[in-house]
Amino acid sequence: MGETATHLPALSLNLFSKQFAGVIALNEVSFELQAGEVHALLGENGAGKSTLIKVMTGAYSLDSGSITLFGASFVPHSPAQALAAGISTVYQEVNLLPNLSVAHNLYLGREPTRFGLINWSQMHDDAKTLLARFRLDIDVSQPLSLYSLAVQQLVAIARGIDLSARVLVLDEPTASLDHDEVQMLFSILRELKAQGIAIIFITHFLDQVYALADRITVLRNGERVGTFVTKQLPRAELVAHMLGRELEALEQKLSVQIGTDEGNNAIAIKDLSATNGITTISFRANRGEVLGLSGLLGSGRTELCETLFGLARSTGGSIKLNGNCISIGSPRQAVRYALALCPEDRKTAGIISELSIRENIILALQARRGWLQPLARAEQQDLADNAVSELSIACPHTEKAVGELSGGNQQKVILARWLATSPAILILDEPTRGIDIGAHAEIIHLIRRLCEKGLTVIVASSEIEELVAVCDKVIVLRDLGMQAELAGSDISEQRIMAAMARSDRQEAQS
Amino acid sequence: MMSAVNRFRQSRYFWPLVALALILLANVFINPAFFSLEFRNGRLYGSLVDVLNRGAPVALLAIGMSLVIATGGIDLSVGAVIAISGAVCANLINSSLDSLFIVISLGLLAGLIAGLVNGSLVSYLGIQPIVATLVLMVAGRGIAQLINGGQIITFSHDGFAALGVGSLFGLPIPVVIVAVVLFLVHCLVRFTALGLFIEAVGCNPRASHYAGVHVNGVKLAVYCICGVCAAIAGMIITADIQGADANNAGLWLELDAILAVVIGGAALTGGRFSLVLSVIGVLIIQALGTTILVSGIAPQYNLLIKSLVIVAVLLLQSPAFKQQLMNLLRGRTT
Repeated sequence: MGETATHLPALSLNLFSKQFAGVIALNEVSFELQAGEVHALLGENGAGKSTLIKVMTGAYSLDSGSITLFGASFVPHSPAQALAAGISTVYQEVNLLPNLSVAHNLYLGREPTRFGLINWSQMHDDAKTLLARFRLDIDVSQPLSLYSLAVQQLVAIARGIDLSARVLVLDEPTASLDHDEVQMLFSILRELKAQGIAIIFITHFLDQVYALADRITVLRNGERVGTFVTKQLPRAELVAHMLGRELEALEQKLSVQIGTDEGNNAIAIKDLSATNGITTISFRANRGEVLGLSGLLGSGRTELCETLFGLARSTGGSIKLNGNCISIGSPRQAVRYALALCPEDRKTAGIISELSIRENIILALQARRGWLQPLARAEQQDLADNAVSELSIACPHTEKAVGELSGGNQQKVILARWLATSPAILILDEPTRGIDIGAHAEIIHLIRRLCEKGLTVIVASSEIEELVAVCDKVIVLRDLGMQAELAGSDISEQRIMAAMARSDRQEAQS
Repeated sequence: MMSAVNRFRQSRYFWPLVALALILLANVFINPAFFSLEFRNGRLYGSLVDVLNRGAPVALLAIGMSLVIATGGIDLSVGAVIAISGAVCANLINSSLDSLFIVISLGLLAGLIAGLVNGSLVSYLGIQPIVATLVLMVAGRGIAQLINGGQIITFSHDGFAALGVGSLFGLPIPVVIVAVVLFLVHCLVRFTALGLFIEAVGCNPRASHYAGVHVNGVKLAVYCICGVCAAIAGMIITADIQGADANNAGLWLELDAILAVVIGGAALTGGRFSLVLSVIGVLIIQALGTTILVSGIAPQYNLLIKSLVIVAVLLLQSPAFKQQLMNLLRGRTT
């Protein structure tokens, strides 16, 4: 730390506190950011990372303490004010306007004008030049929604940087990016660092922290555990700091095999194709098995999950449940066949944020029963209370709106919603995206526990280690088709990655 | 005891009730006899009863509109549906099918069909609610004019006229009808899972679809309920004047109904709803109208004053506004 303390810090927070209705979210936290460094901010959900960022960027007012920006006292009252002072934030969920063009998104609110009208050609030229710095060569006049989440994320970052930021805050910028895109982002961030921009980097991927960050500040329960120089902090120690305890080694994988003959397959897919583009995918899974879906971004993981759940119409092939051929035309039908899907996009397709934890948990079960057979209030309360204690959902009471919970707890509520329907097949699309390491371990643990009860779990994930740790079988997808099927001891990170990279389908099957 | 008071202050009912109480108090200042009730000829008379009675048609519209708005929709056609149901009833009374049962049943059916049309356009064809219901808002008056043959149809039927001018249990029948419809719709949404589904669809239609909720069915249902409520309002209005005027019956009432729901604290983007709060919203509008009428202010100021008071009521309920007001006051004292 000594070597960076020589110059004036870009941003420093001193004994910073924030309370919400008597609950302490941040307790006398101090934090110092140097110009030209990447500073990782780590902690579990609820550690206070988001609150810290929101106070710093003017979204919340602070209760006590002070902020100094380049030596001058700074009290942001609004995000706009923070932005004007040079603090620019890119959030985990891309918050741009998908219906506007890429160029318009980049220059929204500061459009180049000529004679009082927007100068579109100049805006498009500027946008092209700006994106060229990100090695992004796209048609900037097209609406943003046409491009992948990864491109949208890069556009958001480009906008943040172009607002002449001196401090760039990145909240989980890599959650929706694949490996190459992450590398591209990192090389850009290193360039920005060399230009003297101070970067705060929040992520759950420890690999990325070690690849990029100069220093690490760990928060836990609203308090600062410490600030460390990345090179001097072993990974196990970092995890211990975050959790306040040693992380238990992932328990040994035990394989429960109940019947292997075809008739007993809980789910058997043959040559499934669908309107969303997936073609001729086949697999089988038994009761008590975990089937992993692996592949790069856009390989068809989510599309396959959606097809199984009736969100896309199948155009060929068959789906058999327990040996019976079925067709699934809508989520409503899927729910009746005891399928369940925790979608990738938790915010827009999962939680109903204004409704309470109780209402969110009973929703799927109630939808299956129909509107004329309401669950009695006492039954609802039982279901909610059971879920809260069994999945250890952290909440004061079950009438709290789900939108006010942390990401990991929201994910648990959606899991609870489906477990209440006692599903036979549980499809989890990116179940651990954007949630902290503690909740991550809990969810992995839960998947194993459910399998022991005879549930079939299908997990789609971009994290290969996670699939290796938990799956009995892994399907590797590429370009909306099937690339390989790995089982048992064949499952390893190397083999999965090799299958993703291999170009010839025949080779993969040999 | 204190906590009960605090809980009431925090509840969504607090500010609408405060607004209503203030407007009623203002009425007492202007007219000290405002709260006096009199029992005459087997019926209660008084300004309060008048407010309830005059507000009945809009209250019915607001009940249906609450559900539609809760799903994130809006129904602009309710005023036109009033005209249609009135025209259907008036023409049936003047025909040979003049039994009260048939007249009322077919009047309700007209509202149901209108709701089905709106609901199908919104849910199955995916047309934006404001556009879909605008279609029937315009076409509905045309349909009513066709039924009436371009005339104002008058009739004489004591049984039907009682819907507008009769009394039951000492109260005007329109007031009794509102109470009954409020109770029935409340049971329909709160003693089944329909209310939960409506709120879920309004908050997040995509997530509701993923959870297996029949989103289109829920939307269709709320527009049907709204259509039937409008048809009942149409019968009250028609019975009151014993005539069906396709051009003017229920004209602009859809706007009052939407306003009432908003005053009741509902968000136009959908989500939580309260039927009772919407009816309180209607009473606020109605009582305000009475205040302005009896205050002796020149009539040309009426609409302006009404809008100003309504803006004030809406601001009182806005958390953002209250926060700013608090900050301002705190800034003064320190």
